[in-house]
Amino acid sequence: MENTEQVLLQTENLEFAYEQNEQQTMVLHGINLSIRKGEFVAVLGHNGSGKSTLAKHFNAIYLPTKGVVYVDGIETTNEEMLFEIRQHVGMVFQNPDNQLVATLVEEDVAFAPENLGIAPAEIRRRVDAALKQVDMYEYREHSPHQLSGGQKQRVAIAGIIAMQPECIVLDEATAMLDPRGRNEVMKTIHELNRKAGATIVHITHYMEEAVEADRVIVIDEGKVLLDGTPRYVFQHVSLLKKVGLDVPQVTELMAELAEAGLKVPDDILTETECADALEKLLSGQ
Amino acid sequence: MIKDITIGQYFPGKSVLHRTDPRMKLILTVFYIVLLFLIQNILGYIIAIGFLVVAYIIAKIPFKMVLKSIKPIIPIIIFTAILNMFFIEGESEPLFEWWIFRIAPEGVKLAVTMAIRVVCLIVGASLLTYTTLPISLTDAIEDLLGPLKKLKFPVHELAMMMSIALRFIPTLVEETDKIMAAQKARGADLESGNLMQRAKALVPILIPLFISAFRRAEELALAMEARCYHGGENRTRLKQLHYTKLDVFAFLLFVLMLVGIILLNLYAPVLI
Repeated sequence: MENTEQVLLQTENLEFAYEQNEQQTMVLHGINLSIRKGEFVAVLGHNGSGKSTLAKHFNAIYLPTKGVVYVDGIETTNEEMLFEIRQHVGMVFQNPDNQLVATLVEEDVAFAPENLGIAPAEIRRRVDAALKQVDMYEYREHSPHQLSGGQKQRVAIAGIIAMQPECIVLDEATAMLDPRGRNEVMKTIHELNRKAGATIVHITHYMEEAVEADRVIVIDEGKVLLDGTPRYVFQHVSLLKKVGLDVPQVTELMAELAEAGLKVPDDILTETECADALEKLLSGQ
Repeated sequence: MIKDITIGQYFPGKSVLHRTDPRMKLILTVFYIVLLFLIQNILGYIIAIGFLVVAYIIAKIPFKMVLKSIKPIIPIIIFTAILNMFFIEGESEPLFEWWIFRIAPEGVKLAVTMAIRVVCLIVGASLLTYTTLPISLTDAIEDLLGPLKKLKFPVHELAMMMSIALRFIPTLVEETDKIMAAQKARGADLESGNLMQRAKALVPILIPLFISAFRRAEELALAMEARCYHGGENRTRLKQLHYTKLDVFAFLLFVLMLVGIILLNLYAPVLI
C-alpha cells in the first residue's frame, strides 16, 4: 500500500448522472481511483466514455451524484474550500481560443493570480516564471490571436502554472492541435512533471501520448476498464480494440505476429523494442 | 477583406503621449472637448488647433491618419454647415438673399466655427485612441468609474465585458471569414443581388457565427471559473496605474490653455 499522505486525487464509488428532458443519463458508474503526487497519468477512452466528465470532477466543476471525490484530502462538495480546490488542481481545456481571457499574453497568465488577490509584485514574478517554464517568455507582449495553436495552449498552461497548482488536468488539450503543436505541449507537460514535480492527468485519445505516461487508465462506459503501466495496459490488444481504442502500431504488429504462431514478446511499446524483437526472431530461425 | 477591420486603431509608439497615464488622457480628452465649446475668439481656435498639431507631431502620427479619421464625418460637417448657414437669422444685413433663401453673416460665422469645433473634436478624440492601447483604456475606465461601485454600479463587470469583447473581435472576425468561405464553397451567393437579397444571404453566415459564439462563451466561462474567477471582489491587478510627473505636467498645460482661452474671451473682444 502506498502512503495515503501522498495521494492527491481520490474517488470513491464516484457516480455521475445528468438530467435531460427529465431523463437521467448515467455517465460514470462507480469509479474508484487514487492518483499520487508526482504521477503522470494518461486517461484513455473513446468519445462519450465519460473521461472528460471524470476530469471535470477533479476540480469541482462537476460534483458527484453519488460517492466522493477528494482533492488533497478535501471533499469537492465543500463549497468553502472551492477556490482552494481549484488552486490545487488546474485545468487546461480543449479549445485554446476559448480559454484565453486577456488581449495580451502576460495579462492572461496573470488572470488567475489576480483573481486570488495576490500582490502585484508577486504576480509579476509568477507570470515571468510561468512563461519561462513553458518557453513563451519572448511572446509576453503578443496578443493571443497572433500565436499558433500549440503556443496558445502553452500560454493556457502557463496561466494554470501561475496559480502554483499541484496537479494539472489536461482535458483533451492536444485534440485540436497539429502534430507540431501536440509535440510542443507534450514536451512542456513532461518537463513540468519531471522538473517541477507536477502531477499530470492527461485526457487524450492519442495512443502515442499515452505510451509516454507513467500510468494509463482506460475508461469505458463510465467504468475503469484497465489501470496500470502502459506496458501492462497495451498488452490487452483485443480488449482495447473491442472498446473502440487503438494500440500503438508496433504493439499491434507484435500481437498479430503472436496470433500467427510466432514467439514474440507481448509488451512491446516503442519502435526500437520492436526492431530488437524482430531481429531476435529472425536470427533465431 | 473583412480582416482589415481594426478596432481602437492603436498606433504603437513610445512618445510622451503614449506614456501619459490612460486615465489622465481620458480626462484631458473630455477637458479638451469642453474647452472647444468655450472658445469665442479666433485666437482661441488657433490655440486649440495649434495644440493638436504639436501633439500629433510629438506622437509621430502621420498626417494621413488624421485625414482618415475625419473622412467619414465630412458629409455630416457639410450638412450641418449648410443648415447653419441658411437657418440662422441674424440681425445684421444679409449677405445674400434670393426668394426664400437668406444668408446672414451670423449664419456663416456659426457654420465655420461649428465645422472647426467638430473637426477638432474628432481629431482630438482620435489622438486618444491612436496613443492608447484599447486594454489600457478599459483599465482606465474601470478605475475612473470606481466611485460608482458604491452605488452598486457593476464597474468591474463592465470593464471585463469590454476587454473580453476586445479579445474576441479578431477570433470572431477570423471565424466569419471561415464561415463565409465554407458557405461560398456550398454555392452561397454573397455578392450579387439587391439589398434585400444580400441581407438574406447573410443569414446562413450569422446563424453559425452566433451558435459558435454562444459555445465559446460557455467554454470561456468554464475556463474562467477553473481559474478561480469570482468577480471583482478582492481582485488585484498585474499592472497598476500610476500618475507620474508627466501627468501633472499635462494637466497643468490644459489648465493654462483654459485660463488663456477665458482671458482671450474677456479681454480680446470678438475678432470674429
